[in-house]
Amino acid sequence: MQLNRTSHKQNIMVDHVSLSLIDWSRGQFALTAIYHWIFVPLTLGLSIIVAIMESIYVRTGDPAWKRITRFWLTLFGINFAIGVATGIILEFQFGTNWSNYSWFVGDIFGAPLAIEGIMAFFLESTFIAVMFFGWDKVSKRFHLASSWLTALGANLSALWILVANAWMQYPVGMQFNPESARNEMVNFWAVLFSPVAVNKFLHTVSSGYVTASVFVIGISCWYLLKKRHMDLAKRSILVASIFGLATSLLLAFTGDGSAYQVSQKQPMKLAAMEGLYKGKQGAGLVAFGILNPSKRAGDNADAFLARVEFPKLLSFLGYRNPEAFVPGVDDLMKGGFRPGYDHVNILEKEHTFSVEEKIIRGKRAVSALGAWREAKTAKDTVKCQAALAELRTNFPWFGYAYLNAPESVIPNVPLTYYSFHLMVYLGLFFILLFAMVLYQVTKDRIENRRWLLRLAVLSIPLVYLASEAGWVVAEVGRQPWVIQDLMPTMAAVSRIDASSVIITFWLFAALFTILLVAELKIMTRQIKLGPKEGGTN
Amino acid sequence: MFELLSTELLQAYWWCIISVLGSLLVFLMFVQGGQTLIYTIGKTEPERKMLVNALGRKWEFTFTTLVTFGGAFFASFPLFYSTSFGGAYWVWMAILFPFIIQAVAYEFRSKPNNLLGHKTYEWFLIINGLLGTLLLGTAVATFFTGSSFLVDRSALTNLADPIISRWMNPAHGLEALLNWRNVALGLSVFFLARVLGSLYFMNTIADEEILLRSRKQVLFNIIPFVVLFLAFLYGIMIRPGFAVHPDTGVIYGEMNKYYHNLVQMPIVMMFLASGVVFVLLGVALPLVDPVKNGSSGFWYAGAGTFLTVFALFCMAGFNNTAYYPSGYNLQSSLTIYNSSSSRYTLVAMSYVSLMVPFVAVYVWFAWRAINRRKIDAAEMDGDGHAY
Repeated sequence: MQLNRTSHKQNIMVDHVSLSLIDWSRGQFALTAIYHWIFVPLTLGLSIIVAIMESIYVRTGDPAWKRITRFWLTLFGINFAIGVATGIILEFQFGTNWSNYSWFVGDIFGAPLAIEGIMAFFLESTFIAVMFFGWDKVSKRFHLASSWLTALGANLSALWILVANAWMQYPVGMQFNPESARNEMVNFWAVLFSPVAVNKFLHTVSSGYVTASVFVIGISCWYLLKKRHMDLAKRSILVASIFGLATSLLLAFTGDGSAYQVSQKQPMKLAAMEGLYKGKQGAGLVAFGILNPSKRAGDNADAFLARVEFPKLLSFLGYRNPEAFVPGVDDLMKGGFRPGYDHVNILEKEHTFSVEEKIIRGKRAVSALGAWREAKTAKDTVKCQAALAELRTNFPWFGYAYLNAPESVIPNVPLTYYSFHLMVYLGLFFILLFAMVLYQVTKDRIENRRWLLRLAVLSIPLVYLASEAGWVVAEVGRQPWVIQDLMPTMAAVSRIDASSVIITFWLFAALFTILLVAELKIMTRQIKLGPKEGGTN
Repeated sequence: MFELLSTELLQAYWWCIISVLGSLLVFLMFVQGGQTLIYTIGKTEPERKMLVNALGRKWEFTFTTLVTFGGAFFASFPLFYSTSFGGAYWVWMAILFPFIIQAVAYEFRSKPNNLLGHKTYEWFLIINGLLGTLLLGTAVATFFTGSSFLVDRSALTNLADPIISRWMNPAHGLEALLNWRNVALGLSVFFLARVLGSLYFMNTIADEEILLRSRKQVLFNIIPFVVLFLAFLYGIMIRPGFAVHPDTGVIYGEMNKYYHNLVQMPIVMMFLASGVVFVLLGVALPLVDPVKNGSSGFWYAGAGTFLTVFALFCMAGFNNTAYYPSGYNLQSSLTIYNSSSSRYTLVAMSYVSLMVPFVAVYVWFAWRAINRRKIDAAEMDGDGHAY
């Protein structure tokens, strides 16, 4: 129990946070998040679709609807289990792999995670047991209520984790405390109702609803192609296409909201989404474009090999003004512009800093923190106040101090750009798909439109692709920030050997892949068995 | 109303909540204990099916409690979250992996075309039952025996290496297994979970063979539990504990600290004593009168487990004690005062904690609704959902 100061100092001198540790930690988080996100959207949406189907059963008393409900519930259960398995790792990974982050913002970030557990997970796990085991044990109405409460629990959990995520992208409602060396919450409601959080929640859950709708339609269309379970398939398609059409419109609407929020709060992410290097007034939205792979920030090469754009649309979407200035990567690096200005307010003072300037200011903030702590120990109140003032003035750029080079604020542009555009194309396609399917099923001739049935089946992998692409945009596009402008990944990691993270990375990769294969095999078998023979729930 | 409480009271309140969640978690680990017994108590396939299904209706409560325990610890004592999880990396990873495989095991086990075969999924359950209990118990024991870490908030100003908490033992948590006291508590949790699991089977399943074998397992497992748990208690009480000076916050070694904590907090002593009595009562009742009390033993032993673990948490965190001590640097040790969230967050989260009783009520309601009728072989062959 004795303190060994000398070895501690030696340790500090030889150790530094290695790049390999950061990259493997990022890789591990990305891996678990991507795997988790394979299963969560379906849970979010299918829980509601199942609850709707059961409501119809309870209202009409038609046993066919009960059979349909139980069939989709079987698939729901298989998917749910593996979502839970991947989810627990995500929560604890904030601690295991991002310990400095956990301290720096745990005072704000921990709260939604805890609320998620208390408010959402218990609801979900309690009533899902009733859903599966309660058919003959509880009344019809109690069972139906359980189904809705499970759906509510799933969606509430999405709310809280997305509030947490939104806060990382747009930190609000907090103040830095130099004594505890962390950010502390000062306004819970600002965190909960931040515009980024509200929009992110709606956009993400509606993407889950669309995923589940495409899933239900796709499988049902497969039955129609095989001429099996025709009645179940058509009824399921009817429910899913109405639900899907409504929510895909919400998805598009909140997608627009997302782009607006990103323009305002994370202009670098927006620039990457659009492959925009040189900003301009009246910027167009790329309708179709192939990026120039040799393009680098700051050079004069054209960013695109080929491009078709909607004129002025990016300015309009980002700033609600077709003439507004949208900064590109180069502008954000160099600074000296005012985002959103047009020829009307061009005279306003330009005040955007270059990244280099932000780094200088960030370093000022960090050394002011050091000065504050020293003055505090020396009980020098005058120096304390001066240091605190310096810290507060420069705190908005605190995280820039830890960057190795100014260029590290640029995320992976091609990955962000292609993911964004793929997501948008597919999102628009799904609206069309739902409309066509709904039209054909209400005319009762969908089984004759075999091309549409095939297209619907093919859409299942596409909807997963779109959904993952959305996360790539949100998370790759904000690199290197764990908390926008306040903490980059290199200051957020846990101090462990890169080799440990490499081992756990591959363990997770192997385990999740095996479980995914098992899940797909089980799921496809249950679908092939169909409701009659395989409806074992 | 929580605004009126002092920060110290809020911190104590949150340590109580953490203790409640931790105690519930250990009680709910009857699922893990039961999982390690599926081959011992279940000799035929139909018997195993009943066992797995009896546990399969409850496993998510344990899992959710674990996740909530983690989340609540993060929200109320974030320095613990960052120091322990980021430092004792391997021990926490070794705890988490078995929970990943548990989460799919029930659902996938009996499904056709499940890639690994139903035996593999059953082994997933056994591994989860063994490692989950043993390692979680070992990790909690370090609350009393200490770990090797350093917390330096000034590190944030070191641009090349700004990490505040650092673990000083290269085994990153696995070194806890080298201290017999830690292992004694880990094994106590393991054997206690098996006692609870057996009692749960007696509570839930209507089957003569299973009843007989479960009763035997209760006996087999209660003895090592009692021996190991008493050894652990003795082991932590005869050595110096980690005390914190109430005025200066300085942490120092105090001989027989945990014994003093019991004496100075008689209510905790009462929890501990009554907890142990309840566990023994829960074990004894079904043995004395198997017909009538086969079922209620589970609830007695469950309540006893809750009280015992709650007392342990109180001993670790209250009465000016550092609950997560560092033997490497005493002053880095975490107390409920130096590791908590800000006052604002504690108040906000205290309002959230008012939901806990509601959650408890609906969990109880749903539990009763599902367990109204005991599981029997006929139900397993019916058209209801079965794992």
